[in-house]
Amino acid sequence: MANTSYFAGLIGGIKSLCTGLGVTFRELWTPKITERYPENRKENHIPERFRGTLVMPHNENNEHKCIGCGICQMQCPNGTIKVETKMVETADGKKKKQLVRYVYDHGCCMYCMLCTRACPQGAIEFSPEYEGAVFARESLFKVLNQPGSKCVEKPARPAAAKPAAATEGAKPAVAQPQTADADAAKAKAEKMAAAAKKAAENAAAARAAANEAKAAAEANAADTALQEAWKEAEAKALKLETAAKNFAQKAAEAAADVK
Amino acid sequence: MFDFSVFTSWLDAALLSVMPGWLTILVECVLVALGIITLYAIFAMVMIYVERKFCAFVQCRLGPDRVGPWGTIQVVCDVLKMLTKEIVSLRKTDRFLHALAPFLVVTASMTTFACLPWNKGAQILDFNVGVFFFLAIGSIGVVGILLAGWSANNKYSLIGAMRAGAQIISYELSIGMVMLTMICLTGTMSFSEICQNQAEGGWYIFRGHFVALAAFIVYLIAGNAECNRGPFDLPESESELTAGYHTEYSGMDFGFYYLAEYLNLFICAGMASTIFLGGWAPFVIPGLDGFNEVMAIIPGFVWFLVKVFFVLFLLLWERWTFPRLRIDQILTLEWKYLIPISMLLLVLMALCVSLGLTF
Ligand code: SF4
Ligand code: SF4
Repeated sequence: MANTSYFAGLIGGIKSLCTGLGVTFRELWTPKITERYPENRKENHIPERFRGTLVMPHNENNEHKCIGCGICQMQCPNGTIKVETKMVETADGKKKKQLVRYVYDHGCCMYCMLCTRACPQGAIEFSPEYEGAVFARESLFKVLNQPGSKCVEKPARPAAAKPAAATEGAKPAVAQPQTADADAAKAKAEKMAAAAKKAAENAAAARAAANEAKAAAEANAADTALQEAWKEAEAKALKLETAAKNFAQKAAEAAADVK
Repeated sequence: MFDFSVFTSWLDAALLSVMPGWLTILVECVLVALGIITLYAIFAMVMIYVERKFCAFVQCRLGPDRVGPWGTIQVVCDVLKMLTKEIVSLRKTDRFLHALAPFLVVTASMTTFACLPWNKGAQILDFNVGVFFFLAIGSIGVVGILLAGWSANNKYSLIGAMRAGAQIISYELSIGMVMLTMICLTGTMSFSEICQNQAEGGWYIFRGHFVALAAFIVYLIAGNAECNRGPFDLPESESELTAGYHTEYSGMDFGFYYLAEYLNLFICAGMASTIFLGGWAPFVIPGLDGFNEVMAIIPGFVWFLVKVFFVLFLLLWERWTFPRLRIDQILTLEWKYLIPISMLLLVLMALCVSLGLTF
């Protein structure tokens, strides 16, 4: 038995070594992927998803999508982005934020892409443009919105749709205004009660998890990861419990409304 | 076939006619030493270039291609850099042994380098126990490696040196056994006669049937282990031991190890092509006289170099294919597989020769 496995091992080993040699021999002749950079500047292929620099795409009317909310600035761990905005009054008398300057400090960016992920409008993205070298530190500050550009006007979407729905629903509402109100209140109360129940369940589950984590953490006082997990679970349970309480209160209020 | 000894005896006679005998010998020694050192340096550079290119190609890269056409000057620059680097001398090391070790390694490798038969009559060291001399001198290198590890007063160096000791001494057994197998066939231990025999009767790898072929493969594996090259590069495994036994060396002291490593590879390939592939002997098919004459026009050193680079290709190919082994796997491979196989080969070869089954 020992002998057969010795020879089987020997033959199997030789076979697998030959397979390996075959792979490298084929690799010897494959086209090489090295890019000879300065010479092939023109045709150098950079993958599309390469994170070279942050850009704000503009359409043909010199419009971008940024609404100046500043979420990207808050998200950026490096303080790379400064969103300068001003308040303006729109034609229909509403106050609205407007982007003045979107300053991106290329020298500070670590290409984590948190900003583009966070942007609710998809206004910024990364381009594979990789030749970022400049002669002075100041040149790394880039204003991404083009001069004279403005935010695209959105087609007034749900805002226009809602009133239409309201007018349609208005007929029965006119006929039986009282019952409609009562029905609405009842529906709301039911919904709130369901939500409160769900929240209470969630809170109970989180509390159980927290207790478990606590037990584990106390058993292994040296394990910092467990301690962390316990703390986290505890915080989560507390949060959910507060939420459940809020829901319960709201549900009670809604029930009172029905009466 | 051009006989290089015509030139050497002419030079000897010319020198003798103008100076006394002892001075002639001295001058000739110096000339030969210069020749060896120059060839040594040139081949080390060629080897480094070839290795870097080859490994790049296996890994789907281009390798050095910035300095000079196709990066050929890169190696020269590296050598110059190495020559101008500071040699750091460390406190708490054994200074004398620390300085001695690289010289032992490089001397061993240069002396074995001198054993290679470059051409008919162009052999520097050649006498009747040439194969034994080659093996004996080659083993001095391991002393240098052990001293390097010991004198550096550094745990990485020491572990590297110990591994090198265990590995090299083990694999020397297979090398010796395989050499004996081939000596059964050649009937001589002098490298010049080995080559001469093959020039007349064909290469031993063909004359010895599959036994010689198997011996060739075992020799390549063991030779690679002797040179401390991957998959057997445990003594200097950079991921565990920084640089193994030469961790504490800098500048040209380190350069000697570097040179010796590449030249040992060259020597290993040279020995394989001498013993199995005929050294400088052209490719002959007994009986086909026209073909043999055409082959004989190509000078011997060209034949030798072509064969050496063919064997080098095999060695590099294997080096860049396989991952590094563990120390226990290395010793298992040697003691459980290679030694039994080479013993078997020795017996088979003895049988073949005594029964007259070889060509
Ligand atoms: S990629 Fe990261 S570091 Fe760069 S601007 Fe966006 S959030 Fe900041
Ligand atoms: S880029 Fe996006 S996230 Fe940043 S301010 Fe503009 S809309 Fe807000």
